[in-house]
Amino acid sequence: MEMQSRTLKQQQRKFIWIFLAPGLLTILVFTTIPAISTLSYSFFKWEGFVRGSFAGFENFQNLFKFPWRDQFFAALAHNTIVFIAIMIIQTSLGMLIAYALFRLKRGQRFFRTVTFLPVIFSLVIVGYMWQVMLNSYFGPINKILTDIGLESWAQPWLGQTSTALPTLVFINLWRWVGFPAIIFLAGLNAISNDFIEAAKIDGAKEGQIFRKILFPLLAPSMTIITILTFIGAFEWFDLPYVIGGTVGSPAGATDTLALMFYRLSFGSADSVSNDIGVGSALGVIIFIIVGVGAGVGSNLMRRREVEQ
Amino acid sequence: MINKIITGTFFKAVLVINALMVLLPVFFLLNSALRETGSFGANPLELARDPEWNNFTQVWADGEFPNFLKNSLIVTLGSLVVILICALGAGFILGRYQFKGNSLIYGFVLTGMLVPAKLAILPLFIQLKWMNLIDSHFGLILVYASGALPAAIFIMAGFFRSLPADIDSAARIDGASEFQLLRLVLAPLVRPGLAIVAIYSAIPIWNDFFLPLVFLQSPEKKTIMQGLTLFFGEYSSQWGVLFAGLTIAALPLIILYLLLSEQFIKGLTAGAVKG
Repeated sequence: MEMQSRTLKQQQRKFIWIFLAPGLLTILVFTTIPAISTLSYSFFKWEGFVRGSFAGFENFQNLFKFPWRDQFFAALAHNTIVFIAIMIIQTSLGMLIAYALFRLKRGQRFFRTVTFLPVIFSLVIVGYMWQVMLNSYFGPINKILTDIGLESWAQPWLGQTSTALPTLVFINLWRWVGFPAIIFLAGLNAISNDFIEAAKIDGAKEGQIFRKILFPLLAPSMTIITILTFIGAFEWFDLPYVIGGTVGSPAGATDTLALMFYRLSFGSADSVSNDIGVGSALGVIIFIIVGVGAGVGSNLMRRREVEQ
Repeated sequence: MINKIITGTFFKAVLVINALMVLLPVFFLLNSALRETGSFGANPLELARDPEWNNFTQVWADGEFPNFLKNSLIVTLGSLVVILICALGAGFILGRYQFKGNSLIYGFVLTGMLVPAKLAILPLFIQLKWMNLIDSHFGLILVYASGALPAAIFIMAGFFRSLPADIDSAARIDGASEFQLLRLVLAPLVRPGLAIVAIYSAIPIWNDFFLPLVFLQSPEKKTIMQGLTLFFGEYSSQWGVLFAGLTIAALPLIILYLLLSEQFIKGLTAGAVKG
């Protein structure tokens, strides 16, 4: 018996590594090592794709000097605005839809399927589709506005600096709102029916039940959505890239940190030369913002969660 | 009572308006794909009563489109094979074995989840170049697999952990090797987990354009979403053809989603809902 268990142990140990190795090696080579390299790249001078001498914190300092400084803070402001706008508009709309789905007795499946549909769309398709719909001259949005007598509202939504970023936030809303809606719906469904029944017997109104029982118990879903929104907003790239290109057209109105990172890494239409050192420094800063923000945020929010 | 009716109507209206907001643009996309480009100027919203199937023939005849689709299929399925095999093995070990280093490995996988691939794109680019994996579907597959694996491993470990421990001992007493235990006994039981992992990984890979943009250069290797960015520039004035192209790119997932919506929703929210 003793003998048998020892050979089993040995056999198991061998298998542990055979089964773990492919996955762990893939992550190590294609995620961990490149991530650590980004950090090391940020401390060197770069000439195109050739590494030069050690630069200390010079790349980080350069980010806060001409010509990067203004771009950096403008992009950071855009990311921050986008995060706040998404949290206020998209998250509350998501919760409203989730609650509407939750109280629906029949047809929930149909509306749930429709609500989540845009989430499966590629952002390339979403971006181009809305770009055409919002086209100043032939797009249906301006056409509808004109037809219902709101001609003065018709405008080049994506072509002017004042409306470009809010319009991008709207397109993002169209694509993503189903996601928080489904997460909140799952949260609502996980709440024990007893609470709701007990409150109803005590004569609580629907609004009271939502505010006093359901909303506080949705805190775990809220934490997850907030963290994911934070990460998404500060790494926002795909949609602004598809619509505004690498330079955040028009006139940098839709520029983001990730777009700036891309320009610094690979060069862009308006400045062909790249600067890998400064780019990597920016990559490290974005990673710190996202990591610290998500870490601190989830700690703070977890503390406020209540148990059922 | 009247209050109740008003609230009921309000929440139904929310759902109906939301459904219209979602479906009208999608309908506009499909409808426009069947219209003649010349007719958009007069009325962008007209129904395609006399469908212009020519738009689709033109997209297909362009020659690159079928190839883009084929490449996307190769990259997505290739990544899936790597992800499923690796996650099955690693999830099996992490979910069912107690051994020294278990938590260390958990921590390592977790950090993999926190690093966004986009921010490591430069070293990755240089590293792939050095490994001769730039402009290669295989290189792209490995990068996608590495990005999806941490979450995939966690999901699979969770599924393995939820199976009763007696199964293993019973199989071992019957003389099964660890490999047989996994392949013949446990793997069939974690099939729902594999389905979730497959959807969680495959949809973002099929939809991605960023990594192909950076890593693939030859026109004949490009994927569909990357190809669309070229196509959009080329046909920017031919709306009918343009929408036909967008439709062809969007339709495979729309159809799959309508058939498997429950699995899609579960799979795509897998990272956010505690299992």
